[in-house]
Amino acid sequence: MKHSMDQSRRRFVQGLAGSAVVASGFLPPRLLRTAYALPESSGATGASSTVLAGSEFHLQIGRREVNITGARREATLVNGQLPGPTLRWKEGDQVSVHVTNRLSVPTSIHWHGILVPADMDGVPGVSFRGIDPGTTFTYRFRVKQSGTYWYHSHSRFQEQTGLSGALVIEPRNGERRPASREHVLLLSDWTDSDPEHLYRTLKLHSDYFNFGKRTAGDFLADVRSHGWRATLADRRMWGEMRMSPTDLSDVSGYAYTYLVNGQPPASRWTGLFEPGETVRLRCINGASMTFFDVRIPGLKLTVVAADGQDVEPVPVDEFRIGPAEVYDVLVEPPDARAYAVFAQAIDRSGYALATLAPRPGMQVEVPAMDPRALLSMVDMGHGMNDMGMAHDMAPGHDVPPGHSMPSGHDMSPGHSMPSGQDMPPGHSMPSGHDMSPGHGMPSGHDMPPGHSMPSDHDMPPGHSMPADHDLPPARETAATGEMKDSSGDRLDDPGVGLRNNGRRVLTYADLHTVGGPLDTREPSREIVLHLTGNMTRFIWSFDDRKFSESEPLQFHYGERLTLVLINDSMMLHPIHLHGMWSEVYSADGRFQMRKHTVTVQPGQRLTYRITADAPGRWAYHCHMLYHMEAGMFREVVVGPETGS
Amino acid sequence: MTHRARGLASLLLVAVAVGAQAQSGAELQLGAELQLGTQAQAGTRPQTGPYTQPGPPAPAADSQPWRPQPQGMGSLSPDDMRRLMQMDDSHRFGTLRFDELEWRGANGQPAGAWDAQGWYGGDSDKAWLKTEGLHTDRWTAATAELLWDRVVSPWWSAQVGVRSDFGTGPSRSWLALGLQGVAPFMFDTEATLYVGESGRTAARVKMAYDLYLTQRLIVQPKAEVNAYGKRDWARGLGSGVSDLELGARMRYEFRRELAPYVGIDWSRMFGTTADLARADGRDAHDLQLTVGVRFWF
Repeated sequence: MKHSMDQSRRRFVQGLAGSAVVASGFLPPRLLRTAYALPESSGATGASSTVLAGSEFHLQIGRREVNITGARREATLVNGQLPGPTLRWKEGDQVSVHVTNRLSVPTSIHWHGILVPADMDGVPGVSFRGIDPGTTFTYRFRVKQSGTYWYHSHSRFQEQTGLSGALVIEPRNGERRPASREHVLLLSDWTDSDPEHLYRTLKLHSDYFNFGKRTAGDFLADVRSHGWRATLADRRMWGEMRMSPTDLSDVSGYAYTYLVNGQPPASRWTGLFEPGETVRLRCINGASMTFFDVRIPGLKLTVVAADGQDVEPVPVDEFRIGPAEVYDVLVEPPDARAYAVFAQAIDRSGYALATLAPRPGMQVEVPAMDPRALLSMVDMGHGMNDMGMAHDMAPGHDVPPGHSMPSGHDMSPGHSMPSGQDMPPGHSMPSGHDMSPGHGMPSGHDMPPGHSMPSDHDMPPGHSMPADHDLPPARETAATGEMKDSSGDRLDDPGVGLRNNGRRVLTYADLHTVGGPLDTREPSREIVLHLTGNMTRFIWSFDDRKFSESEPLQFHYGERLTLVLINDSMMLHPIHLHGMWSEVYSADGRFQMRKHTVTVQPGQRLTYRITADAPGRWAYHCHMLYHMEAGMFREVVVGPETGS
Repeated sequence: MTHRARGLASLLLVAVAVGAQAQSGAELQLGAELQLGTQAQAGTRPQTGPYTQPGPPAPAADSQPWRPQPQGMGSLSPDDMRRLMQMDDSHRFGTLRFDELEWRGANGQPAGAWDAQGWYGGDSDKAWLKTEGLHTDRWTAATAELLWDRVVSPWWSAQVGVRSDFGTGPSRSWLALGLQGVAPFMFDTEATLYVGESGRTAARVKMAYDLYLTQRLIVQPKAEVNAYGKRDWARGLGSGVSDLELGARMRYEFRRELAPYVGIDWSRMFGTTADLARADGRDAHDLQLTVGVRFWF
């Protein structure tokens, strides 16, 4: 694969090569009841991130100049810091956070993954009116949970320009797996461009940032290694779909510099340890548009919590973390040497980098990035046996180990394609789930005649469904089990670019929340939502309806319900429900883990259960910031059942 | 409904009482506050373990979907909400793109040529402007179209509007009806039918394809064909297929927005159109080198 990385490389070296940024990671012996500041790091940005602990906090949101790449830019910061100060709370405490807006536009802070009353959730227009310039809003609520979380602005693109920070909540009864030391690793993607400009660029040319397209040279290389027939079949398949297997990330290292705790790779944020210690790394993906694949060459990562919730420990070499996801990992560095925390962007267009070292200033070997992967049939919800040949041949297309029927929607015998050559024009990618013309990438927002509003999961391939304008925005099906025959929800699929890479990669199948689900009742209802979009036009939606075209989803207060997400698009979507947990279940109905943000891979069908115990209005959206702004957002209303 | 509401209310009271007891009794359990408007209820919710069914909130007064208004929000219309949210998923954008702005020479008559499109609008409806033309010392042929573009499928838009031909000869006006989009194999395609005064008809089809040599060096083969239903002496057009243009341009994208290019352009006129061109002293077919720049903003 040839792909130009010159741009991003230039950005790496441009990061100010100041002295290494060092954090000791020692925990304060006792958290005081009043807030105090503890310097954690001082960075190339000139700002310094701090830890604020206690139960009463004063946060100032303002603009401040930073210099990440060598260019001066205005960032939107909390207390002048990038990222904002780490807040340490204690489970059971009543906390008060006074947020003062020093901007010229409204702002907000959302406590991501925190169970709060609806009016404390911080989503303007849903939870409250937002925080107007010059005013102070006080968030006040009791902390009902523990673990690692984060906070960020929920106003337009402020999160992209720096407004986020870590939240660490100390368990009332101590950590289940104590560590001698801990560090927060807050990953993010920084751009020198105005996010509004990025958004417009994506709307005009959605492939603008993709510098990993397949070239004529790739074609010849594929012919050499796989033969004409296979290569032509592969190109034909993608050509007929009018899609690119290189669409891994909407925004790439061309525009982004990837940061750890606000530091670009060149500044090398450093966390300290003593050899033999157990170090807890609280990894938060605070990026707006970037999935990271994180590993520390030379160290086993023991995942002990996901989205703040303790899980049965899983030792892995690498994990993928989507925007807004959180993983706590324990590492035990045995040697007095420096280790690289290496977080590649999913499209390998750049990486975030930090160092773990016994003392500041130690050099570390930076691993090479993996080759850029291509999307495969699996990412369209198809198994290898669908495509017959297409797989071994499709260069760089990777498939998960042992998967033959990943999507598992009723695939009729007629679906299988013995040979790529036999694909009927325009129907090359039969799908078990309802595909609209254009293969799950319907524009659909104006509901043109003949456009499909998928309503059936058993459609034969290539059929466009009759238009159904009256279909409710969320198709609620009784829990009849019609879709429960799924033999593969691909929970054990590490995802594109991580399959069969020789390392032990975390998958959702590995995650088991300690203590089981919070609510063991059988769900009384099932809501099926499709993750839909039009990549070319950069339109994103649930069930083909943008937020502005949608009605709120109604949850009945107190009910246990199942949400089924079917990703009809070719991109990964981290879906975040505010105010309530998303408890992920496997296809055969076994509880996996409790999360606040659930990543749904391309072509995947993922099921989770929700207990609607939080009355009020909540946000429900894709945490790819630009997907959300483009319409992949729903309001959820938890209220009494009405109209019966 | 009223009966049911009363039932729910008593359930609520029981739940509150049970909750209060549980809270005082069990240290491990956390107090949970379910705030609902100005109403606050106490309940319990253990971090793990068996789930306690919470009391329901106050039922809605009517059968409308329940839309709680958080404290201090007053009554907000959905539009107000979206304004506060700044969730502008229907924002209108505008752009202007010169696919070609070039000089053609080396053979035949040197010419300047352009091919540009611009639009303004939202996801499904846009105002669309297209213009293309060729200018030499002796001859100018140009068209401009103003269209309403509406998305009709994931890959296609329907376009309807007007076209005006100007340059050498009398100007002509047309009504335009067409499709624009991406054909399988990623061919950018435009196909338009035109109906003009005095029963004139015309058709135009354009296709282009981007072939990546590297991530920035891109070859774009392109084809355009025009046809007319009726002779138009004044503009030098015969009936039937009047001209075909095949070209290939190789551009280098310094930025996506700015790409100079070189290319070749082969054009050929047919039938009466070719005869008329020859009679006028122009070449009916041409193979020319082109140098130009593609840009958009």
